[in-house]
Amino acid sequence: MIVLDLFHYWTFIALLMMGFYTVIVKNNLVKRLLGLSLFQSAVFLLFIGIAKVEGGTTPIFTKLVDSQVFSNPLPQVLILTAIVVGISTSALGLAIILRIKEAYGTIEEDEIQSREEEAQ
Amino acid sequence: MLSHLPILQVVVPMLMAPLVLLIQPARLAWALTLATSAMAFAIAINLVQLTTSDGPMLYPIGGWEAPYGIELQVDGLSALFLLIVSGASTFVLLAGYQSLISEIKESKLNWFFGAWLLALAGLLGIAVSGDAFNIFVFMEIASLASYVLIAGGPNRQALPAVFKYLIMGTIGATFYLIGIGLIYIMTGTLNMSDIATKLPSVVDQTPILVAAGFISIGLALKAAIFPMHAWLPNTYCFAPNMVTAFLAACSTKIAIYVLLRVDFTLFQSSLIGHLIQFKIFLIPLACMAILAGAYMAMRDTLAKKIFAWSSVGQVGYIILGAALVSHSGLTAAFLHSFNHALAKGTIFIGIGLLALQAKSGELSSFAGLGRRHPLAAIAITIAGLSLVGIPGTAGFLSKWLLIQAVFEQPNGVIALLAIVLVSSLMSVVYLARFLETLFFPPAPAGSEPTLPLGATTILVLLALSSIYFGLAPALPMELATQAADTLLGYGK
Amino acid sequence: MSIEQQLIALLTIPALGAVFIGVMGRLHPNLREAATFITAVMLASVAWSLASAVSHGARGEIVLSQLNAALSIKLHIEPLGALFATLAASLWIVNSLYSVGYMRGNKEKHQTRFYIFFAISIAAAMGVALAGNLFTLFLFYELLTLSTYPLVTHKGDQATIKSARIYLGILMGTSITLFLPAVIWVSMLNGGEFTLGGTLQGKVDGPTAGLLLALFTFGIGKAAVMPIHRWLPAAMVAPTPVSALLHAVAVVKAGVFSITKIILYIFGADWLFSLNTTQWLVWISAFTIISASVVALRQTNLKRLLAYSTIGQLSYVVMATAILKPMAEIGAALHMVAHAFGKITLFFAAGAIYVASKKIDITELAGIAKRMPITMTAFTIGALSMIGVPPTGGFVSKWYILAGAFEADNFLAIFTIITSTALNATYFLPIIYVAWFMPETVAPKKEHGEAPLAMVIALSITALLALGFFFYNAPVLDLERQLVEVMQ
Repeated sequence: MIVLDLFHYWTFIALLMMGFYTVIVKNNLVKRLLGLSLFQSAVFLLFIGIAKVEGGTTPIFTKLVDSQVFSNPLPQVLILTAIVVGISTSALGLAIILRIKEAYGTIEEDEIQSREEEAQ
Repeated sequence: MLSHLPILQVVVPMLMAPLVLLIQPARLAWALTLATSAMAFAIAINLVQLTTSDGPMLYPIGGWEAPYGIELQVDGLSALFLLIVSGASTFVLLAGYQSLISEIKESKLNWFFGAWLLALAGLLGIAVSGDAFNIFVFMEIASLASYVLIAGGPNRQALPAVFKYLIMGTIGATFYLIGIGLIYIMTGTLNMSDIATKLPSVVDQTPILVAAGFISIGLALKAAIFPMHAWLPNTYCFAPNMVTAFLAACSTKIAIYVLLRVDFTLFQSSLIGHLIQFKIFLIPLACMAILAGAYMAMRDTLAKKIFAWSSVGQVGYIILGAALVSHSGLTAAFLHSFNHALAKGTIFIGIGLLALQAKSGELSSFAGLGRRHPLAAIAITIAGLSLVGIPGTAGFLSKWLLIQAVFEQPNGVIALLAIVLVSSLMSVVYLARFLETLFFPPAPAGSEPTLPLGATTILVLLALSSIYFGLAPALPMELATQAADTLLGYGK
Repeated sequence: MSIEQQLIALLTIPALGAVFIGVMGRLHPNLREAATFITAVMLASVAWSLASAVSHGARGEIVLSQLNAALSIKLHIEPLGALFATLAASLWIVNSLYSVGYMRGNKEKHQTRFYIFFAISIAAAMGVALAGNLFTLFLFYELLTLSTYPLVTHKGDQATIKSARIYLGILMGTSITLFLPAVIWVSMLNGGEFTLGGTLQGKVDGPTAGLLLALFTFGIGKAAVMPIHRWLPAAMVAPTPVSALLHAVAVVKAGVFSITKIILYIFGADWLFSLNTTQWLVWISAFTIISASVVALRQTNLKRLLAYSTIGQLSYVVMATAILKPMAEIGAALHMVAHAFGKITLFFAAGAIYVASKKIDITELAGIAKRMPITMTAFTIGALSMIGVPPTGGFVSKWYILAGAFEADNFLAIFTIITSTALNATYFLPIIYVAWFMPETVAPKKEHGEAPLAMVIALSITALLALGFFFYNAPVLDLERQLVEVMQ
């Protein structure tokens, strides 16, 4: 069945859209950052989903037996890198939010804008 | 040694970044950063010479051959952008010491320069990389480092601006990642030349189409192509002046480089009907960018924002040239990348110098500063004329080639021509507004008589090179032509 | 010097002269004026020697920079360019003399900046005269606009800045939106090269040629063909030496020179004559001549009147070129010279009147000839030259243009010349009559005689030139006959 066979692709799309929605619609900066994280995790799921080969096992050579089927290690490696990138982005984003809180006293987008307009 | 230049181009700034972090005296940190940047510039010049004489260079990292290992590839196109990025960094650093210490806390300057070198390493890495995922990694290194740079200044308006840039930039990079993932699913490889050979034999084109869409939108977000440009004006306006000069000269250009490289290498040759989709998608966006950029620049009152909107318009010119997919169009696009980087960098360095004596970022606080500092103001004027495309400056040639490419089109000539020419007129208007404010009002009372001498010298040199490359453009013209040939040569 | 060296010299002398003037200006005003004179005399001597070489059939060209396979900055010398270059260079000497008197007599500020940008503008005008292809022509044309902007905004007050915006806006607007696409289009067709007799025939059809001609005519805003004429009265806010040389000689002549050169060297006169999509140029220039004269009738500000007179006189040149017959082409070239001498005299006189009496309106000029007889004599000669009365230079050029119009059976042109002559007389003669024969009605602020000596000498020289051109015009004739050798 299409839905069940492609379950992880549907999850990927659902997570992607949920994260994207959060980023666009939410006012609170931390929530937007969380949406971004959700958005990025969806992509991780996409990559890891394709790494799994049916009947495959962990891609580590224990004996030199080349008739075994291994799962694809490359996407897993790519995702490790992408996860690191995602964490750095979140950390940086949170640091910026901290400074915004110091400078403006709020982390709601509309309030930041109105405080900036008042100051001018 | 020479064969290792591609990896050295990235490794030198990357290794120096943590070293700079350890150096406390600001002057010394600056000097070390400058030296590293200058070395990167020298490597870039070497790579330009090597690629023009010997052709493309391939470098498998760690000796692992492609397509299993990560491969670096430097050809005429990459060399041009390496030159732009490293040159921008070096000259901005050379001219920018006083401006930097006036805006960033002296105790934090070593952190700032560490981030600068990381950004430099990231941008250079994008240009040398021949592996699609590697480009993503370097792109994020560069972006994260530039977020730090932008947020480093005293202006608190930079913070919401950089947050918006962070969100939009990360979404863009993630879209790019999705696209690469889809291509990997269909071809099984990440090396760009390898994908190019494997792609024509892929039967089901739908994932590739979707991938092309994701990659284009993602990179358009990074390159600030209308309407994904919303992060650019505020970010350029409120960042520290020298950061604006550096980023305006190269960050969006590198994103355009990736867009064109990926598109022409992977998609043009194998996706059926992609050429038309490319043109139909990008040409209207480019036209809107050109008009919106010029119009908003005419209306704004913050000095740096005027030129930030100008950048949105100029990116439009570059995309228009590329989207025409002809030899003159691509040559115009690449030549304009070079000329715009030079001109915009000069203007922002000049504004940064004058801002040492302006009270705020408003246009009115620059009134009369041109009379007090005629050399700096004349340098800004010359760079501005290059931006507008006055003959005798470098910008004129890229505009000429762009109009020539428009004439070569089978249809839509009049509309495109009208857009390019009318927007040039609008550029004259906003430039004239800025220059009128600089020159005509009386000089402000109590301003100091001189700007830092070294910085002014660099500024004047940069302005003169706009004229030099307008009258003797052999170098950028050759690089741009080579780049156009490379892109059009894929899939033949 | 070889021809190529002379070509480069004509560009570098005024350019280096600008630097020289700047350096001398820091030392002493007299040194600065000396620098200007030395530069102008050197330039004029090179121009004269080049012109006489061209008169004997010499030609030459030099590529300054090869930009890419198709584009280059190239200079060349041919009769029309030699004429323009020599005219501008020679009148620069006289104008410098006049400027010294004007700037010092009026106690103007920023004099060094004035002389520097004047030299740069002359360099740009030389570039236009010597341009060897359309790219180079466009390059120096734009540089001329930009280098004259600081001169137009010399006063620096709000009214000047507003007028200068019109000046820059119209000239840059037309050159970017109309002139530039035409230049690129033609360069794509034939490389933009100038060849006597034109090379476009066969490459474009009739309607396209008409469109290209329109783009050039209205894109070259400096020729002030209506409706691209409003910049000229706006530019009158500049000091009179600027109006005299640049807006009576260098800038406006660059405009009509460009149109004439493009018609002769890109299109080819005979081919254009055979098409019926290009005859409108005679109509539009005739319209400009008549309307400008009518508007001039209603002006009371002397400089604005002279500005509109200039607009009309420029279209004489355009109309003469558009008649596309040999005699008319020679007439066009002759009129460039005659108008230059006459108009510069008129502007010099207007400036002299202003410096001496602060009067700018023609209603105030009654009886002024008693106080300023030399100035008014010069004014009279200049006005008669504009009307075209013998024995002034203006008569010679009008004669040739009429002859060409008859040759082409162009009754519109003939009618226009006759009518506009009458109109010119109508707005000039009353001024002359009132100045000479009526008693003074508006008392000047303080007693005055003639303007400062330098100015009087300058305007006497140009008045004599305007007179002398009637008698001594053979060299110009010989030079320009070479232009029409290829025509039927």
